[in-house]
Amino acid sequence: MSKMITITIDGRKITAPEGERLLWVALQNGIYIPNLCAIKENSRPSASCRLCFVEVEGFAAPVTSCTLPVREGMVVKTRSPRVDRLVQTAFELLLSHHRLECSSCPGNGSCELQRIAKERRLKLRVKRYKPLEYGTEIDDSPKTFVFDRSKCVLCGRCVWICHNIAKVGALGFSRRGLRRAVTTFGDIPLADSPCTECGLCVEACPVSALY
Amino acid sequence: MKLLESEKEIISNELQDIVDEFQSKPENLIPILQKVQAKLGYLPLPAMEKIAQALNIPAVDVFGPATFYNQFRLNPPGEHQIKVCMGTACYMAGGNIAMESFERRLNIKEGETSPDRKYSLERVACVGCCAMAPVVVVDDKVERSVTPTRVDGIILSFETNGGKKEMETGQGKEGRKELEQSDREEPQKEGEHNS
Ligand code: SF4
Ligand code: SF4
Ligand code: FES
Ligand code: FES
Repeated sequence: MSKMITITIDGRKITAPEGERLLWVALQNGIYIPNLCAIKENSRPSASCRLCFVEVEGFAAPVTSCTLPVREGMVVKTRSPRVDRLVQTAFELLLSHHRLECSSCPGNGSCELQRIAKERRLKLRVKRYKPLEYGTEIDDSPKTFVFDRSKCVLCGRCVWICHNIAKVGALGFSRRGLRRAVTTFGDIPLADSPCTECGLCVEACPVSALY
Repeated sequence: MKLLESEKEIISNELQDIVDEFQSKPENLIPILQKVQAKLGYLPLPAMEKIAQALNIPAVDVFGPATFYNQFRLNPPGEHQIKVCMGTACYMAGGNIAMESFERRLNIKEGETSPDRKYSLERVACVGCCAMAPVVVVDDKVERSVTPTRVDGIILSFETNGGKKEMETGQGKEGRKELEQSDREEPQKEGEHNS
């Protein structure tokens, strides 16, 4: 058992096991910090969504809470003008690569993007960026679920789960830059891949790219 | 893109040696990919599958790096390699138009090789002669200010006399007619030839 320590988040004193990552400490204590790419079991967070920024006393710039182990006496603020601005920009960048059609989306109401928008009063709209073109091909080859890449925000949760929990490795990241995508080997349909249709990736997807 | 039988044979012959040479450690992935590409000239999917087996990792984890790094190509190099510069200067000067012209003329997409293996088409970043934008490197020869008309000229030169005369003198008038002819001869799929 690791030593219990005390930290302060938004003025609230909180006890937590030393070394636990800040994001999970906050979430466990009912303090919401936006996040998409974090997986608690992953000891090497990718920190790729850039939504979980917080201010920590002693740090010159906002830090990603999913990567920060808590230490005794840490003083954290989940909001500040700098944090809000970073999150707003990261959020809009993610949306620019996401086919927004909430009212007809199967994820309407249970979507993590909608939750973040609500919590942080952000618009589910892309204003500053030119929306990217996304592939519209839908992989409905599996019997039990559908993969709609136009909704994927590249959080990588499905990839990690498929490798480390399902221990299959059907899904992976391919290409780079604007063409980065979650695909199978050789872009083949999931039904032709090693996928066992365990459904764990569907559970892990924070949006409705896998449903 | 479909592999030819002869290509499949080469893949299975060459691959085992390379894989054996490295220990089956996942951290050897990149050197193996480089070696395989040096041998075959490209990284075909069956080769990636074999590498994955040898390293005991999912095939998609070979596909990822192979599609990430620009140094790797997934399709066999064509007899003539066309590299369209998409660096900033060339892009601004219409590099994408040159690319689209090649795609339409050769009926392949960027990164692909024509079924007869005569042409391969790829994009490159700044090749260091921005003043000549938009630049296309054709078999290591730098072509300057490549307009759609010049694209026709370049292809025509290969279709007529193996690329020698035409490449030196620039596009010839008599060639234009032949191009139109060869265009008609080549079966083009409906709808792919518009815009
Ligand atoms: S359903 Fe298929 S793709 Fe998803 S985690 Fe399971 S094996 Fe991987
Ligand atoms: S499919 Fe879902 S879980 Fe997978 S990377 Fe995309 S958004 Fe994340
Ligand atoms: S949750 Fe921290 S960067 Fe995505
Ligand atoms: S951008 Fe094409 S040569 Fe520099």
